[in-house]
Amino acid sequence: MNLKKERVTILIAGLCIGAMSVALVLLGNPANMGFCIACFIRDIAGALGLHQAANVQYLRPEILGLVLGSFIMSLGAKEFAPRGGSSPLLRFLLGFFVMIGCLMFLGCPFRMILRLAGGDGNALLGLVGFTAGILVGVFFLNKGYSLKRTYRQGVLEGAAMSAIQLALLALLIAAPSFIYFTQAGGGPGANHAPIAVSLIIGLVVGALAQRTRLCMVGGIRDLVLFREWKLLLGFGAILVSAFVVNLVSGQFAPGFAGQPVAHTDGLWNALGMMLVGYGCVLLGGCPLRQLVLSGEGNADSAIAVIGLAAGAAFAHNFGLASSANGPTQAGKAAVLIGLAVVTLIAWTNTFTGKKEK
Amino acid sequence: MTQLDARGLSCPEPVIMIRKAMLKGDSAYQMVVDNPASKENVTRYAQHQGYQVRVEERDGEYTLTMTKG
Repeated sequence: MNLKKERVTILIAGLCIGAMSVALVLLGNPANMGFCIACFIRDIAGALGLHQAANVQYLRPEILGLVLGSFIMSLGAKEFAPRGGSSPLLRFLLGFFVMIGCLMFLGCPFRMILRLAGGDGNALLGLVGFTAGILVGVFFLNKGYSLKRTYRQGVLEGAAMSAIQLALLALLIAAPSFIYFTQAGGGPGANHAPIAVSLIIGLVVGALAQRTRLCMVGGIRDLVLFREWKLLLGFGAILVSAFVVNLVSGQFAPGFAGQPVAHTDGLWNALGMMLVGYGCVLLGGCPLRQLVLSGEGNADSAIAVIGLAAGAAFAHNFGLASSANGPTQAGKAAVLIGLAVVTLIAWTNTFTGKKEK
Repeated sequence: MTQLDARGLSCPEPVIMIRKAMLKGDSAYQMVVDNPASKENVTRYAQHQGYQVRVEERDGEYTLTMTKG
């Protein structure tokens, strides 16, 4: 693909993804949450009973669709490649603490864009922290940070994550009594677009993200590292199209107070997203990108996604997640611990051990 | 020609590797990567640096030959 075509493709994909995200809100998803990888993985963890926050439990078809869309597209493009073995436990930990940061802010980088596009000024503080976190991560990358090499694996290792999504889809449709679903009116978990629409949009976004390598962290990272704009174009296109569709559909509501599923504590919005940006650079991509890579057969990314789910379960079991009322003391402590752990991982994988040539 | 092995490394590591190598200003580099995103990213970076890039794929691995005229 030549450079110009690459840029046009990601621009169009970003515009489509932004518009589809707002469409999901119009069809029933929580406001400014057409897509939120962190929130939706958290909802899935709740549906499986990994946490008991009754207001956020639903098997979000968007997530299942994302992984399956990437899986199908990568098969079609002959890019499905089972691989793994690159510091799996550290990736789990990074995923875990990225989720802690996301639930401090109340959203992943994708939702941060959608919150900005909806007029939520608190997301600006998130963006400042996010950028700062990426810059710290880039410092370590420039000094030689690496989670070491990944290796080829068997087909089942690569396909298992997609198979799990099919199993979750079956559970969503069958809705057996052991799966938890937020009761109508019981919170964000009860707000959702029709299953088929969510699933189809998830599939389309997964396929587009697989083709374009869309990544919310990669945009700022690549601009700083290589003066490369491609991924940032996708980020910008989502922002612009979601903003326009919000404006046209009367969803745009600028301000800080009273924003949907958000709080106004600027410092902790920034620190939460700093942890997210930092951790995601060390992981090699944002939560969306981890899902897409897991669909392509990358078991390391699948482990990171499981880390995200574990982080979500911990966050709600131990009162670490923020609410509209603001962050909790335990959540603040968890973010600080997260920044320390992530720094330990970054430092150790940059400055110690025998360097590979 | 400078030879680089970036197999198993995920982005942006292969690009950082080629960037560091290109600071020496050699006229030709050869790098092996094993995923399409790395192939695209390294190709894009090398082209921005004024190198012509030839890609050969074999068994899921891409050999990128980057030369400056």
